[in-house]
Parts: sequence; structure tokens; C-alpha cells
Amino acid sequence: MVKTANDQLFRPLDPAKQQTDVIERPSLGIWKETFLSVIKNKLAVLGLVLLLAIIFLALLGPAMVPYSASQQSLTNTNQPPSAEHWFGTDDLGRDMWSRTWQGARVSLTIGFVAAFVDLILGVIVGGVSGYMAGRGKLGDRVDNVLMRIVEVLYGIPYLLVVILLMVIMEPGITTIIIALSITGWVGMARIIRGQILQLKSQEYVLAAEKLGTSHPKIITRHLLPNTMGIIIINLTFTIPTAIFAEAFLSFLGLGVQAPFASWGTMTNDALGVILSGQWWRLFFPAFMIAMTMFAFNAFGDGIQDALDPRARK
Amino acid sequence: MVERIEETGKAHTTENLVEIHSLKKYFNIKKDVTVKSVDDISISIRKGETFGLVGESGSGKSTLGKTVVGLQAPTSGEIIYNGQNVLQLDKETQRNVNKEMQIIFQDPHASLNPRMRVGDIIAEGIDAYKLFKGKDRTNRIYELLAQVGLRPEHAKRFPHEFSGGQRQRIGIARALAVEPKFIVADEPISALDVSIQAQVINLMEELKESEGLTYLFIAHDLGMVKHISDRIGVMYLGKMMELSNSDDMFRNPLHPYTQALLSAIPKANPRAVKRERIVLQGDPPSPTAPPSGCRFRTRCPHAMEICALQEPQWKEVEDEHWVACHLY
Repeated sequence: MVKTANDQLFRPLDPAKQQTDVIERPSLGIWKETFLSVIKNKLAVLGLVLLLAIIFLALLGPAMVPYSASQQSLTNTNQPPSAEHWFGTDDLGRDMWSRTWQGARVSLTIGFVAAFVDLILGVIVGGVSGYMAGRGKLGDRVDNVLMRIVEVLYGIPYLLVVILLMVIMEPGITTIIIALSITGWVGMARIIRGQILQLKSQEYVLAAEKLGTSHPKIITRHLLPNTMGIIIINLTFTIPTAIFAEAFLSFLGLGVQAPFASWGTMTNDALGVILSGQWWRLFFPAFMIAMTMFAFNAFGDGIQDALDPRARK
Repeated sequence: MVERIEETGKAHTTENLVEIHSLKKYFNIKKDVTVKSVDDISISIRKGETFGLVGESGSGKSTLGKTVVGLQAPTSGEIIYNGQNVLQLDKETQRNVNKEMQIIFQDPHASLNPRMRVGDIIAEGIDAYKLFKGKDRTNRIYELLAQVGLRPEHAKRFPHEFSGGQRQRIGIARALAVEPKFIVADEPISALDVSIQAQVINLMEELKESEGLTYLFIAHDLGMVKHISDRIGVMYLGKMMELSNSDDMFRNPLHPYTQALLSAIPKANPRAVKRERIVLQGDPPSPTAPPSGCRFRTRCPHAMEICALQEPQWKEVEDEHWVACHLY
């Protein structure tokens, strides 16, 4: 009898050893995976490190030297950077290192707070608008009203709002934050609304609805977690925008007022002396603004890639 | 107006689980443009049967399925579940009826929340109706996973770690968790590989036996529908064209549209007697402006004068074999 190759060479696998459906890869949460993916991106890591360094120095920088940001020393004006004064001194003899990091506090505070207010307002308005759209006459009306408000605010230039606010309120950090927030949240609201509208018709949301899940639960379990990525990406771009807006306003003289320092006011102060060769007066605050922008954008890009599963390797 | 004889009007010995009476679902896409996705359809689905619903894309079969389970409010018409008019129930009863009617979706990639673990996805209905808690909940999840051929340790995984067939099983487990009686399967296999399709179909058939389910099975693949359906309905542009039990439909298709659809099924045996291939001309007309009279007349090889003037009646031409065509 001729034996077929089948009989000789192939034997059925012992059923006890069959492990067809086991997934070997450890199961990681979405955030852990995102983190691991960001870590692989060198530019994003550089951005993150820079960002942490800037925040660290903003917190501890002024305490590292014996001079406070407002302490004047008229015998020591316009000194170039030295071992004594790392970033030099300005025309009143104030230590530039101390002032730079003091200014960083103002800039970062405005950036984070304005972005946070944008986020809260944007998520609430955008979320309600997106969720209510298409839910009967009342829902459509709510969506319509909110979106018209958004459109009106979108059309107002924020510079105008700032100048008008300056008339009513005292110039300063609070005014800038209010001015930036009034016009800033509409972008976030639009993005969130669009995202919710799209997610709402996803089949898993329909399934949840069919399975009797309540509206608040659908929002918190299905809609918000899936907009998180977009929210975070947006934050990494609104924070630097707000910081830059503050620097710009302060540079125009509409922002933080003396004796407070911010990167914007410092660059403004330096303009008058740039021709006399005191490069350090302009260089350090301008460099810090540039570094912060770069750090946020590099990190934001990295997160964006990490959160997009199609871009993941 | 053409008076329609309702198919459900006839007395059957078997009990109807779901009855649909002149169901309409219109969408206003612009101010004066209305898409009649489901236009005056009446069918009844008997307890324990698999009702196959076929039609090409845009025929309104998915809309019909979603409207029947209550994911969309109908424009008009009645949906009767177990003798109760679903649309007129009080909140409490409606919630219970809702629980008994579930849906399985077409795209296993879009139907599972990517941010949730499989266990929590399956437990969605258990949590919503507070059926089980703590350890019992976990055990129930394991039980459901086993029922659809997955392993307990899969509960801790995320949807993207699974293949299409496995995901569809998760979707089925999620629907089973609330112990439904009636399941609308909205093209559950069209996104899967052919080899996986058979597995999922077999699983659905097993579950139908063990759980005593009734299916409304929506598909565009007539071959697969024939395999699992007891009766088949054919839809075209929001209208029912033909309805009969599945053997009759395949042995003796009456409507020219059904005949064309059947002639398009590839044969497994190349030496079998060749059925003449009927090739339909053109695309289906725009659903915003369906043709007058019979909607199929623009592509029908047997179109007559009357077809443009009058909408054909829905009549029972043979026993339990309904058709809307002027030829009969």
C-alpha cells in the first residue's frame, strides 16, 4: 500500500496544545500606547523635554540667583551676560535671568489658563450643540442658537475685544485672559461639535442607545473618551497661540503692565537699545518665546501622530 | 390611491412576533427634496423564523431594520411587537420591549467603541438594565464570551486587537447580553472574509436554536440569505417587490427584479444547467425622484404601458407568495 505524504509527514496537533486564539501581546490601555508611541518620536521627546525644562525654570529660575526680578541696581546697568548675571542686566540694573523666568510665569499662566477656559467652554458648548443636533425640533433649535453665537464671536477680531476691554478694565493678566477666552473658545467648540456629530452616528453609539444606556452615560463613556485625542491635540496648539498672543499684546503695550515682566514687555523694552549693541536684552525673551512655540508644536505633532492609529507603526 | 391588501391580514397558524403596518420612513435632505427610504411596507415576522431581507444598496433595507428596532422614528406606520404597538407604549414597557429587540451591525470595526475593553462592551446592556453586578457580572461576561466562541481572557482586551470575525462575535455577545427575542442583523457578514462568514452564520444559527431567537436578516448576498432564511423579502427603492418562503423564491421567482437578482448568483457547480443571466440596464433611479407607477419599470425587461401609469398591487399570487408586479 502506498502511503501518502499526508500520513507520514503530517500528524494532527494534540488538541491540548492548540492555542489558536491566544493574543500574546500584552494589553495596554490607550494612554499607555500613546505614551509609548510618543516616546519613539525623537522630535516630540525633544519638545516634551524643552517644555518641562521651561516650566521647571519658570518655577525655580528666579530662586536660583540672589537677585529678585524687580530689584534695581543703578551701578550695574546694561551689563552683558557674565558669571554674576547669567543673562545680563537691563537699563535699571535688574537681573535678566530672574526677569526672564518671572516673565515665563506670566506667559505660561496666561497660556494655560486661557487654553483651559477655551477647553471648558468649547467642550460644553460644542458637546451640547453636537449632541442636541438632530434630536427633534428643540434639539435643532438649541444647536442653531449656539452655533449662531459661535459664528458671531468668530467674526469679532480679538484685538478689538482687547482694546475695548482695556477701556473698561485695568490692563493686566486677568484682562488678557478674559479677552483671549471670549474669542478663543469658539474654535474648540466647533471642533468638538463636529467630532460629536460624527461620533453620534457611529454604530457603537447606536448599539449603546439600543441597549438602553442613558444619555449622560453615552456622553461620558462613548463620546467624550473618543474626542479626548482631538481635545489634547487642540490644547497643544491653543496654549502656544495664547502665549504668543500675550507676548504680542504686551509688545504693543496692551498687555502686562510694569512692574510685571512678561516676554512680550521685555522684547518691547529691548527695542530701544538694540542698536547700541545690547543684544542680550532682546535675545533671551525672544529666544524663550521661540523655544516655547517650538516645544509645544513638536510635542503636539508627536501626540497627533500617536493618537492617529493609521499613523502608528 | 391604490388600496393595499396587507400581507398580515391573512390568518396564520403561526404566531407573529413582529408586525409592520404601512411603515414609512422619509428623510428630508433639502427643503423640498424627500428621500422615501422605506415607503409603505407591511410585513410580519413569525416567531422563531429567520426573515431574509434583500435588495441592492440604497433600497432602504437597513433603514427598515433600524426603524423596526426603534433606532429611528418612523414617519408613519405601526410596529407591533408581541401584540403591542411599540410606538404607543408607556416608558417602562417600552424599555422592556426595547431590551428584547436588538441589532447586530454591519461593520465590526465601527460598531465597537475603541476606548472600551471587550468585557465592558459586552456588559453595556447588563449595566444599563442593572442585570448583574460584581462577580456575577464578570461570570456573565465569561459565559457570553464562551457562547460566541471567545475566551474569558479576551474580556480585558481592546477591540483593535481582534480580527473582523472575532469583533462580529463580540457584537453578537453584546446583543445577547440582554437576552433578546428578536434580532435585526444588518448585513452582519458583508464586511467579513468568505471563510469567516460561514463561521459567523453558523454561530448565529446555533444561537437561534439555543436562545429561541427570531432574526430579521438583512443582506445583499442572496446565496447566503437562501441558506439561512425561512422567508425572503425583496426590496427595491423603498418598496417591497416580492415575498415568499425561501424555497419558492428560488424555485419560482415571480418578479422580474428577483429573477434578475437570482440569475446573478454564481454557481458552485460549473456543469450545472446554466440559468440565463439577466443583466439589468443602468443604475437604480435616484431615490429622491422614483419613477411613476412601478419603481422598477425603468430597468424592467418586461415593462408595459400600465407600469408607468399605475403602481402594481401587492397581491398573493400563489399560496404565501406575494408580489407587486403588473405581470400577475
